[in-house]
Amino acid sequence: MAEAHPVGFQYVVEAKNRGARVIHVDPRFTRTSALAHTYVPMRAGADIAFLGGVINYILANEKDFREYVVAYTNASMIVGEDFQDTEDLDGLFSGFDPDLRVYDQSTWQYAGQGDVGQPEGAAHADRETASGLEQESHGPPVPADVPRDPTLQHPRCVYQILRRHYARYTPEVVERVCGVPRDQFLEVCAAWTANSGRERTTALVYSVGWTQHSVGVQYIRAGAIIQLLLGNMGRPGGGVMALRGHASIQGSTDIPTLFNLLPGYLPMPHHRQHETFRQWVDAIRHPEQQGFWANAEAYAVSLLKAYWGDAARPENDWGYGWLPRLTGDHGTYQQVLDMIDGRIKGYFLLGQNPAVGSAHGKAQRLGMANLDWLVVRDLFEIESATFWKDGPEVATGEIVPERCRTEVFLMPAASHAEKEGTFTQTQRLLQWREKALDPPGDCRSELWFFHHLGRLVRERLAGSTRPRDQGILNLTWPDEEPSGEDVLREINGFDVVTGEPVPNFTALKADGSTACGCWIYSGVFQDGVNQAARRKPGSEQDWVAREWGWAWPSDRRTLYNRASADPEGRPWSERKKYVWWDPDAGEWTGYDVPDFEKNKPPGYRPPDGATGVEAISGDDAFIMQGDGKGWLYAPSGLIDGPLPAHYEPAESTVRNPLYGRQANPTHKVYDRADSPINPRSAVYPYVFTTSRLTEHHTAGGMSRQLAYLSELQPEMFVEVSPELATERGLEHRGWAHIVTTRAAIEARVMVTDRLRPLRVDGRVVHQIWLPYHWGGQGLVTGDSANDLIGIALDPNVLIQESKAGTCDIRPGRRPTGGDLLAYVEQYRRRAENNDG
Amino acid sequence: MTGNSLYGPLDPAPDAGWTDAPPRMGFFTDTSVCIGCKACEVACKEWNLVPDDGFDLLGTSYDNTGGLSANSWRHVAFIEQRGAPHGDVLGAAAGPQFLGMPGRDLPGRDPDAPRTDFRWLMMSNVCKHCTHAGCLDVCPTGSLFRTEFGTVVVQEDICNGCGYCIPACPYGVIDQRGDDGRAWKCTLCYDRIGDGLSPACATACPTQSIQYGELSQLRERAADRVAHLHGQGVGEARLYGHDPSDGVGGDGAFFLLLDEPEVYGLPPDPIVPTRDLPAMWRRAGLAGLAMAAAVVVSFLGGRP
Repeated sequence: MAEAHPVGFQYVVEAKNRGARVIHVDPRFTRTSALAHTYVPMRAGADIAFLGGVINYILANEKDFREYVVAYTNASMIVGEDFQDTEDLDGLFSGFDPDLRVYDQSTWQYAGQGDVGQPEGAAHADRETASGLEQESHGPPVPADVPRDPTLQHPRCVYQILRRHYARYTPEVVERVCGVPRDQFLEVCAAWTANSGRERTTALVYSVGWTQHSVGVQYIRAGAIIQLLLGNMGRPGGGVMALRGHASIQGSTDIPTLFNLLPGYLPMPHHRQHETFRQWVDAIRHPEQQGFWANAEAYAVSLLKAYWGDAARPENDWGYGWLPRLTGDHGTYQQVLDMIDGRIKGYFLLGQNPAVGSAHGKAQRLGMANLDWLVVRDLFEIESATFWKDGPEVATGEIVPERCRTEVFLMPAASHAEKEGTFTQTQRLLQWREKALDPPGDCRSELWFFHHLGRLVRERLAGSTRPRDQGILNLTWPDEEPSGEDVLREINGFDVVTGEPVPNFTALKADGSTACGCWIYSGVFQDGVNQAARRKPGSEQDWVAREWGWAWPSDRRTLYNRASADPEGRPWSERKKYVWWDPDAGEWTGYDVPDFEKNKPPGYRPPDGATGVEAISGDDAFIMQGDGKGWLYAPSGLIDGPLPAHYEPAESTVRNPLYGRQANPTHKVYDRADSPINPRSAVYPYVFTTSRLTEHHTAGGMSRQLAYLSELQPEMFVEVSPELATERGLEHRGWAHIVTTRAAIEARVMVTDRLRPLRVDGRVVHQIWLPYHWGGQGLVTGDSANDLIGIALDPNVLIQESKAGTCDIRPGRRPTGGDLLAYVEQYRRRAENNDG
Repeated sequence: MTGNSLYGPLDPAPDAGWTDAPPRMGFFTDTSVCIGCKACEVACKEWNLVPDDGFDLLGTSYDNTGGLSANSWRHVAFIEQRGAPHGDVLGAAAGPQFLGMPGRDLPGRDPDAPRTDFRWLMMSNVCKHCTHAGCLDVCPTGSLFRTEFGTVVVQEDICNGCGYCIPACPYGVIDQRGDDGRAWKCTLCYDRIGDGLSPACATACPTQSIQYGELSQLRERAADRVAHLHGQGVGEARLYGHDPSDGVGGDGAFFLLLDEPEVYGLPPDPIVPTRDLPAMWRRAGLAGLAMAAAVVVSFLGGRP
């Protein structure tokens, strides 16, 4: 965190000064470790074994916050009798289809709900379209009337299933799998549990590298299970916080740059599953389900009204037919492979540098070299704009500049200081940013670019009667360039007759009388005021600081904060008082906006047959969930299983010590010669992981061009332990090259005690660390670590496994030109023949 | 004002002739919360338009700046201190090997009591703005001067590049720039603090490792911080450069360290070279007098 988020780390330092104990778990000793009380080294890719060990510690020692767990989680829910766990099937859950490598999820359901689960064909489509979790905040349909055992004794209740599932994750197993000494592991468990409960809460903070695994979603799930068991969700000082890779990554999922989502987590319609508007809306709101997604039709209609204004009418289903449809996997890696195959003709890159920043760099560059056109909008001439003339493949002869067909348009972009707008950070807080100065020369903002691009495209299409053009021609598109605040006003939503901003999303209507660009952001322009621009200093308000910026939804600073009070609505403790029921006033009150219906008393129980908001019980703290509960066990929605289980990374040097299944049985790979995966082989004997340096920014486009940053880390380097340096004859500050089945890259050697060998399953595992900031352009250049990484994806969200792989390292520089290809190929052949 | 401007405790601004001088301002750099982000280095260069210092991978941990120089007025040092070898993992055969890395066996380490845990120390170094500043004392042009805040600043339009100041600094801070020969160093952002702003480095520091303020308050705060750390079991915390009775009369920029000064590349007992000027002059005078007396005596004694 200190390494990649130095500004946020000030609060850790502050907490430490106030007595907090800081524990850092990481494959390598970083700047964060330097400030931590305890540094726990571990093997990259073994996190679920570690977290599973914590879960086992909690359950075996009954350290869970029992009242919270019974009231607010699904611990007491009883699962159907056909469910079989990884314990029963040696690393598989019930319902596995070995041909499609997906699960029929029907046996995972709660008792009596077996027909609700998803058959494997649908699960396959969900993996293709990353839609298992697309409605990120509400989960899939689950009826409310589930059999329960509040004593948690029923053998098939979630609590008991959890106990059995994690019983094998003992401290000894954690030591064996992760290389973490037992006493250190127990120290972490003791600290985490001692600092949780009625009087205290613990925050789990991760950086997004945690998600970059073939079991990435289950990493986060494992963290969430611990936080739910310890009562750390919906309470002040608790939560699971994702530190984003750069500014407004949260914003780019809320108003998404993802292929499978529309604003506010509305799913992008699928051409077969959502043929009609009604099918689409019902797939979101699940008519039988409880919770706030029941109003999804109002959000959906208002979005379409924002897109198409008066042209969106009831008789044309609000223009639903003009929305693009998913036909399969359109994720970034599929797209790259489609480019290589000539199926994609054009590509826009907006502040993104996949030639350096994305896994399997060679595939990225070869794909971009096979386009008709490529638009790069960036601050500098980055590698993704120059790969055709000086990329690594030019040196090897795989790209010939004279014959490269791609026409590259480099459009100079304005930086964040040169345009106004909002950033949304990890707490879902929108903060308005003023424009400090005009961009230089021809640099322009994205808003300017897309306004004029849309305007010109619409001019070209004017008068067209082709159906496919109508969606563009009917868009509400102002003639004048809108301001950032104009856009925020539309995002907030407004009454289409009066133009008045709506106060929040509960005012949105399904009858076409409101328009709203992103329903979860509704309220950010409440009363016609830019609420995101509020900047009252923390010293002038209470500790929740609600007059700084604006948080979605409805300015709630902590989600699910109904859980900060006990089932009767009283604060769990005076110290952790946050939101509570005021019986005299008959309302929820507190420091934050209650994440609950204001006047629904704690004792409210829904009448039989109730659905939607009415079906939310007075103690259902997790109001967006189908059953109102925090999910320890996910009866559906996850493609790779209802509970996290430890699988080895797709590329690993060890056999899975826990189950017969080596890797995530459902993870996605593209089975083709140009997307190879290292086999487990002595040819690739070392584990490597990558991350960032404080001195550089992601793929380096914003830092390698600046002298003041470049001089601080001027060269690509690789960190190895003194022991590995001895084993491989590597010399400090000398050259080494690192080899995988996809590439060989070179780097200067940094021999350091910050990396240390681990003992895993009885043998020594050496880990190598690489920064991924370098490429061929800029003041300081070097090989790209991402060239080493393969395309193995998490099945739920299609994120790549870029934080754990296998490799070899050798002294000296890598071969060049055609020799480089032959060198990598020779490694590949040796690995296939298992010729260590 | 004390009777002597060359050593001992002193309030330097009034001594330099400022009437109604504001309180002496300075830096307290608390290395126990430094995260090595180098924001101080960058902010300093941005504000003061300091050129880059070359793109060299030095191999000294994450320090590629190397030290304070004409083109680096803040410098973050990184010190990797080895703990026990990893013999437990590798078995008895593997012991520590010397790989030519710096950072081992530094002076001040106790070879009889090696650390059992690995440490990564980070420290943002800067000009000390000494109470008795050797650089200033020897500057023949008046380019170096004492500001009303008690800090020491080079005036770039007066400096003639003679270089006398460079050996006069007991810390090796001030340095000549290769291309113009003039001397450059931290100004404690003289052009900011006069307007009530904090220096650029302190403003950029995310963890308040670099604190700017009235020196008297900083000294109190530092003493509290050391006591706090000792209370938390960090017995190795100690201050450096805070003591007005040291060899430079105390620093305007002082530090909280977690090890001996030498570990960070700081002199353990800095002494301003001009401290001995009075004594030297006295001795030179005495010698002159003795010589004169000898001449007189020889003349007197020559003729009985």
